[in-house]
Amino acid sequence: MTSTDISKGALFEYLLRLGDNCLVLGHRLGEWCAHGPELETEIALLNIGLDLTGQTRLLLSCAGEVEGEGRDEDALAYLRDAHQFRNLLLVEQPNGDFAMTVVRQFLYDAFHLEFYTRLQQSSDARLAAIAAKSVKEITYHLRYSAGWMVRLGDGTEESQGRMQVALDELWRYTGEMFEVDEIDQSIVAAGIGVDRAALKPLWDQRVDAVLTEATLTRPDDNGAAIGGISGIHSENLGHILTEMQFLQRAYPGATW
Amino acid sequence: MSQTDWPLYEVFIRSRNGLSHKHAGSLHATDAKMALENARDVYTRRAEGTSIWVVPSAAITASDPADKEAFFEPTADKIYRHPTFYEVPDEVENM
Repeated sequence: MTSTDISKGALFEYLLRLGDNCLVLGHRLGEWCAHGPELETEIALLNIGLDLTGQTRLLLSCAGEVEGEGRDEDALAYLRDAHQFRNLLLVEQPNGDFAMTVVRQFLYDAFHLEFYTRLQQSSDARLAAIAAKSVKEITYHLRYSAGWMVRLGDGTEESQGRMQVALDELWRYTGEMFEVDEIDQSIVAAGIGVDRAALKPLWDQRVDAVLTEATLTRPDDNGAAIGGISGIHSENLGHILTEMQFLQRAYPGATW
Repeated sequence: MSQTDWPLYEVFIRSRNGLSHKHAGSLHATDAKMALENARDVYTRRAEGTSIWVVPSAAITASDPADKEAFFEPTADKIYRHPTFYEVPDEVENM
């Protein structure tokens, strides 16, 4: 392989990581369709899910172009197996109760916003443009999820209890957001990507401020669960793909 | 589903500068902040707005349908109140 091939492969991997996070979390939010606690809340969750699906389309299309093997956004979304997905473990965690969904969303939004704010300065014009469009959407996502963190955390005894359980359950998946490998390093060195490790203090600051206002206790940082970005997923992703990919697997090329 | 309904809010949306806010519908929310966000999510998904007002439905005093005759019918024969004798210049878009 030449050095050009290596960076092309790394960029493809990198774009899959960005795109798969949006794809999987967007699908999870879509699962709330017809199951929301209130009509308004359900529409809000689906709006966020659709924003993420829109971001997925841009990122996976871009990934397909970079790969140059004729795979488009649909082929990448619907025709890869679980071990080929590069999303964080956090975003594939089940919806659980509304508290679990809100906490998962908040922990991710706080990261997502910091990441895309910096991605706007990417030396890759496509990524910079995708980031500029997405950052407005993500700003609202964080406003929404942080609002619910405070409302339910500093709410009733039951709502606070459920939020703390969700926080304790999901915290172990947050470490992966800041774990960098050689692919990150090469993409960051090329001025294309964002150094995720450097985002940790900014994320901490955002999260701590909201947890304080929400009267929730920050769990300990030990024992991060990692693996998603290298394709080692929990069984949850398999269940998501079973549903998400069924149509294209059963009826290849089906459109409507 | 919730056992008690959240309070009702009326939503008013201004579609662009120069126009007034128009009633778009109503929704449920626990407080004004949530009502504003719900209004954004429910009523401005297709770029309908540049500004939103939310008002607790309970704060609105409405006319009584039984007062319809006394309230509204007397205006029916007073055509001189309609400014139909003016020509509106083409440049005026929003009247």
